[in-house]
Amino acid sequence: MSADTATTALLAVKEVVAGYAGPVVGPVSFDVYPGEVLGLRGPNGCGKSTLLKAITGEAKRFAGKIVRCNGLTVTHHQQRPELPPELPLLGRELLRVMGADRGDAPGIIKPLLYRPINRMSGGQFQLLEAWACLGGDAELVLLDEPTNNLDGEAIEALAHILRTARPPRAVLLVSHERAFLEENCTRIVEIGRPGEGQGS
Amino acid sequence: MSDFILFDPLFRQPFVIGLLLSIALSLLGAYLRMREEWLAAMGLSHMAAAGGVAALPLGIPALAGALLAAALAAIAKGLLPKASNSHYGLMLLLGWAGAMILAANTHQGEVVGEALLRGQLYFTSTPHLIGSLALVAVLLFALSWLSPRLLAERFFPDHFSANRIPAWPHRLLFGALVVVAAVLGTLAMGAMSAFAMFFVPAWVAFVLVRGWRWALALTVALGVGCYLLAFVLSMLLDQPFGPTLTLCLAALALLRLFAHRAARVAGAPGE
Repeated sequence: MSADTATTALLAVKEVVAGYAGPVVGPVSFDVYPGEVLGLRGPNGCGKSTLLKAITGEAKRFAGKIVRCNGLTVTHHQQRPELPPELPLLGRELLRVMGADRGDAPGIIKPLLYRPINRMSGGQFQLLEAWACLGGDAELVLLDEPTNNLDGEAIEALAHILRTARPPRAVLLVSHERAFLEENCTRIVEIGRPGEGQGS
Repeated sequence: MSDFILFDPLFRQPFVIGLLLSIALSLLGAYLRMREEWLAAMGLSHMAAAGGVAALPLGIPALAGALLAAALAAIAKGLLPKASNSHYGLMLLLGWAGAMILAANTHQGEVVGEALLRGQLYFTSTPHLIGSLALVAVLLFALSWLSPRLLAERFFPDHFSANRIPAWPHRLLFGALVVVAAVLGTLAMGAMSAFAMFFVPAWVAFVLVRGWRWALALTVALGVGCYLLAFVLSMLLDQPFGPTLTLCLAALALLRLFAHRAARVAGAPGE
């Protein structure tokens, strides 16, 4: 990494080994630049989600460094978000929490704005949460398996949202769906199983 | 005769204290339910009762003892990596057993313990009024700052750590408000009635309305409505206030039947 790119990267992950009680993933290195959609691909259990949690500070970093640009704002759409069974929050109220209620929601989100989340399906709630992350002002959006629970129409809508992402925001996308990653990412990093390091 | 008792100036201060507490407890109960921590109210109420009884042999006021015990329990909870309703359940058991054993082994403890578990609204005094006023004032003043943070943490648990924003200020404030509400509620209404005021209005309101603001408004309306009904009924029928309030709140659960019927008609979820 040159000195010039080092100053422009939103996030630099350098030889990071991360996990919880013990290491789960790494060593892994990659940079995330403004405007790109960077995919993380790897077999189940290789620690892709743990890596995202190490970036947000939820998982423990055993080695390496995570360098963030000053004042970087981050949102994290977690894998399989839990749908609270009896919470009457409207879709637009959830978006407001993340500053994503600016009236430019895509067509597939609009019917959900005035629906309580306890009247949504798991897929609708998942898509709404993804838009809550993508529709706000965060410079780096971490999406962990955002296509889980989504039908074909919703996956296509999510892909459209990713393709029309507003620069300079960057997206770090984890998915087990190879085709979705290849169609929507500007770059893909392979994550190996623990101890295997990473591919190119 | 009953009308005369109801409007007796002696009961004005207890009435206002109960009214303020019904607002604070029901509103905080909505946020506890949103965070799935509703059993915290039960655990803290019983720890407060144990602290109130323990205060007697230590020669300190029951209010201070209750506050100290509930605060220590809340701090212990805060030290856990991830507190759950199971931990609050354990807190409830420890509080109840502690209050019972202390009551059985201290001078006048049985009377005080009984009063704390059943409530003593009619014997509340000016310190209770000042505490209740301060609680409601801080809660309402801080709500516009506190509410979005609590909601963000509920749906995006690592939002604060991801953005290097300290989460302790809003957690500390919310925890302190719940502790003070649990203590004042336990002293005035009794441990079980205080828990019912935290638990039932939000449980019922959440299935009856669409939208967070309406849910909060209905939660408080149901809490205050039940309090007013219980205050009048306990006076008119010469019944203890705490159990009367608990029964009124428990009867609210019938309203959930309307919500289930409406949900079946609407075909939720997913509509």
